[in-house]
Amino acid sequence: MDEQMSALSLVLDGDPALYSIVGLSLAVSLGATLLAAVAGAPLGALIALSRFPGRQAIVVLLNAMMGLPPVVVGLVIYLLLSRSGPLGELGLLFTPSAMVVTQTLLVMPIIAALARQTIEDLWQECREELAALGVGPVRRVRTLLWDARFSLITALLAGFGRAAAEVGSIIIVGGNIEGYTRTMTTTIALETSKGNLPMAMGLGIVLLCIVLAVNIGAWAVKQVGARFEQ
Amino acid sequence: MNMKDSHLPIVLDRVSVNLGGTPILRDISLRLGAGAPTVLIGPNGSGKTTLLRAAMGLVRPSSGAVRWGADGDSPAGRAALVFQRPVMLRRSVIDNVRYALETTGIARASRDARAEELLCLVGLSLLAGRPAPRLSGGERQRLALARALARDPEVLLLDEPTASLDPAATLAIEELVRTVSERGVKVVMTTHDLGEASRLAGEVVLLHRGQVVEAGPASQLLANPVTDVARRFISGQLVL
Repeated sequence: MDEQMSALSLVLDGDPALYSIVGLSLAVSLGATLLAAVAGAPLGALIALSRFPGRQAIVVLLNAMMGLPPVVVGLVIYLLLSRSGPLGELGLLFTPSAMVVTQTLLVMPIIAALARQTIEDLWQECREELAALGVGPVRRVRTLLWDARFSLITALLAGFGRAAAEVGSIIIVGGNIEGYTRTMTTTIALETSKGNLPMAMGLGIVLLCIVLAVNIGAWAVKQVGARFEQ
Repeated sequence: MNMKDSHLPIVLDRVSVNLGGTPILRDISLRLGAGAPTVLIGPNGSGKTTLLRAAMGLVRPSSGAVRWGADGDSPAGRAALVFQRPVMLRRSVIDNVRYALETTGIARASRDARAEELLCLVGLSLLAGRPAPRLSGGERQRLALARALARDPEVLLLDEPTASLDPAATLAIEELVRTVSERGVKVVMTTHDLGEASRLAGEVVLLHRGQVVEAGPASQLLANPVTDVARRFISGQLVL
């Protein structure tokens, strides 16, 4: 009971160490989600609106990549960024940047695959209408992305949810260095193994609140989006 | 407008269209000139919608050619098509019209006033802020008309604009068609409602099984059809 109370007090009293970890976690996950959105949404749109040999295989691959094992992604990035790896000179291993890169790779397939499906469905529905309005290719992509905005925001939130709760890849490439690359999930793993349960539980409470907030956000976006469905 | 720049007449020169190996239009030759609305009538599956799509360039003829004006092979920017079931963009009613205005390249500063003017014309001013997909069938048709008129078309193609609408919505659409036509826009529309054809048409074209069976002034064709197919269609005995 004491441990629970201590955990709650860490959260409610605004413990600086705890909230610095929360801050880094949010910065890494938000950065990764943003990068994944910038790359993933247009990629999804491009695949949705293009016809080329092997397209179906790419769609299957993209869908499969939604379930990429985080530890494998972490391992691959570790090998690329390690001192003897091809990108070792960048000196990114065990930095927050490396964590952003791995999470971007995990989140991007989710956003790209969901964007592809949404935009393809929308395109089937609007194709002739946009053609009759004389809409060119660039405006067409912009129109579809805007009209798919509610589904895309939901995809973004799903991506952020995955990034925020992820531990396997960032512990490999970030190294869990105190005050530098230690995030909520990696700290919970470490502090639990050390027996420092109040800190682990405090971070667990914050993480659960974030996941809950993301889900409430997704629900709210869906409610607003439903008003604009055909 | 300079005659050289006009999109009229629209000439279909021996146009045939096959879709998925099935002939939909067969050797259609038509000349649609300026003036009162031309109404394409015919039973379901006679090719009315495909003819509009082919004219608009949305379906490529398997043989023959469509010409717009003196030497155009496409309607460019001065024609608009309203579908039987228009798709509403997922934004407000007025934003749907603003979008159509944007596609015509009209200056941003003029868009709002023009959008409001068009909504007033189609009687949707009070619904300007409503999400367009929430509109009823008749309201959707009116919004689709406003979007089409945003292109300031010389030619307006309407595919069964009153199909499945209630009588009040039908009359509202017909009134709009009349207004637009009186403003000098050439209206080409399809319907299988002979009453509507007689109320709106200057000229009627009867299609059956992808071919033009009979064409001529509405008053003459609807009252005194020449061909047996036309007589059967007008008397309600031709369903397919």
